[in-house]
Amino acid sequence: MTRSELVSVLAERLNGYTKRDTEKIVKAILDGIKEALARGEKVEIRGFGNFRLRTRRERKARNPKTGTTVEVPVKRVPFFKVGKELKEMVDGKTPTPSESDSSPT
Amino acid sequence: MTKANLVDHIYEKVGLSKKEAMEMVELLFETIKDTLSQGESIKLSGFGTFSVRSKGSRRGRNPKTGVEIEIEPRRVVTFKPSVQFKSAVETGSDT
Repeated sequence: MTRSELVSVLAERLNGYTKRDTEKIVKAILDGIKEALARGEKVEIRGFGNFRLRTRRERKARNPKTGTTVEVPVKRVPFFKVGKELKEMVDGKTPTPSESDSSPT
Repeated sequence: MTKANLVDHIYEKVGLSKKEAMEMVELLFETIKDTLSQGESIKLSGFGTFSVRSKGSRRGRNPKTGVEIEIEPRRVVTFKPSVQFKSAVETGSDT
């Protein structure tokens, strides 16, 4: 599923929103998560998972073209830890709770 | 930041009521969850990709007791952040 497909599904499920409005909201949500991590914060979505930063140590690397050694500085990367509910849903150990009604057509 | 803070953020950015913002946040994550549980991945350009990977069975060991056990095949979710997400986060001032 792509971003625009997701936007269509959401717009359909919530009546009264155009795709354009929905895309704006989706953007606000995703940007909100990104910005929080950029500030060094952690984002916790219960039932879904947590987004946080992982720090990669500085290391020495080589430029494969010239062979010179370069220092790669400390780097922060986004990391997602899957929440318990989502983990179990995907593994099929428990019946999916939000599956019974609302068939996406 | 929690789901509630995220709702506030949307409420400020977009002209929605708090109730509507909450509905939208809930629905977004529920839809992603449902899609992943059907084994389908989600590609959100500018953000990243959530995908489902199947892991085969393997032998494991209880680290406490040393007893060998069979770890059953399972499906797990992985997230790969997009280039934009990575570069937004990369050089933090406070590390």
